[in-house]
Amino acid sequence: MPQGAVLIRSDRCKGCGLCIQACPQQVLAFAETFNARGYRPVQLDERERSCTGCGVCAIVCPDVVFTVYRQPLRQPLRRAERR
Amino acid sequence: MTSLSLRASLREVSVPPQMEIVYAHPAALADVPMHYCPGCSHGAIHRMIAEVVDELAIRERTLCVAPVGCAVFAYKYFNFDSCEAAHGRAPAMATGLKRILPDRIIFTYQGDGDLASIGANEILHAALRGEPIGVIFVNNAVYGMTGGQMAPTTPVGMKTTSSPLGRDPLTQGRPIHLTEMLATISGVAYAVRRSMHSVAEMRKTKKAIRLAFQAQLQGLGLSLVEILAACPTNWRLTPVEALDFIRDRMASEYPVGDFKVDERLRNWSGEC
Repeated sequence: MPQGAVLIRSDRCKGCGLCIQACPQQVLAFAETFNARGYRPVQLDERERSCTGCGVCAIVCPDVVFTVYRQPLRQPLRRAERR
Repeated sequence: MTSLSLRASLREVSVPPQMEIVYAHPAALADVPMHYCPGCSHGAIHRMIAEVVDELAIRERTLCVAPVGCAVFAYKYFNFDSCEAAHGRAPAMATGLKRILPDRIIFTYQGDGDLASIGANEILHAALRGEPIGVIFVNNAVYGMTGGQMAPTTPVGMKTTSSPLGRDPLTQGRPIHLTEMLATISGVAYAVRRSMHSVAEMRKTKKAIRLAFQAQLQGLGLSLVEILAACPTNWRLTPVEALDFIRDRMASEYPVGDFKVDERLRNWSGEC
C-alpha cells in the first residue's frame, strides 16, 4: 500500500461529509470542535488504517479543502537486477 | 480545543519530504471561500472547470459568462476574466463576445432555471446558429437561489416549495430534456449529460468538460455539458442523501450519456 497524507484547510471546510463517505480507507472523520464558520471540519484519523494518497477526497470536495501527497511508487526491478 | 488551536495543530502535521503532491488547489480557481451551501455541487464543478483550464493552458484567453442563480458569483471564484449576463441571456452575450474576440475560449455557466426556463430561447437560437461556445448546464431540478421553487427540469412527483404535493404533469407540465432537444440541431458539436453522484461519474464529468473546451478550440460548434447536480438545502436532504437522490430519481428521468459527439472530436486528441 502506498503511503499518503492530506493537508486539510479546516477553516474552509463546511462539514458536508462527502469525503468521509467517499474515502476508501475510511480515515476521515468529523473533528470534535467547530471552525470559525461554525462547522465541524473533517480531520485525518489514522488510528486504524492509514491514508494512501488516492485523492478521492479532493475529487468529491466542493470547497477545495484538501492538498494530497503520496509517496512515489517504487519502480519494479528489472529482470537483470533481480538476479 | 478552540478552532484556532485546531488549525495551528493541523498546520503542524508534517508531510514527509519524499512525498510528492498528487493534488493541489488549481491556479485558475481563486483562493477565496465560496458562498455555496455545504454539499452543493457548484464548488466541485467550478474546481473541475479550473483544472481543465489549467491542463489546457488557456487561462489567459478564457472568458466565463456567469448566470443569474446560485452561481451568480462565479466570476469571483475564477482566476480568469468573467462577465455577468442578465437572467438566461448568457448564450447571447457569449455569442457577441465570441464574434468580437474569436481567439478567446468562451463558456457560459448556467443553472436549470437560467438555461431551461427564461433562457431557453437564447440557447436554442445560439445552437441553431452553431455558435462555437461552451455551455456548462448545471441541472439541480429546482430554483436554488430563490428558495427551491419548481423549475422546468423538476421530475414528475418531486416536492418543491411551489409544488408541495409533488409535480403534477396534468397541471404543471412535464420536465424538459434540453440536452436531447439540442442534440438534434446540426450546429451542436457536443451534447452530453453527466452526473455528480459518484467519484467515477465525477471523473467522467471532468472529461466531458475537457472535450467541450476542445470542441471549441477546434471551432466545431456549440458544445453543451449537462451536469446532474445536488442541492441538499432545497431538496431537504443531507449531502450524502442528495447523491442517492441524483442516482435514484434524477438519473432515471435524465439518463446519463452522450447524445451527440462530433466525429472530428471523437478522433482528436491533439494539442490546443
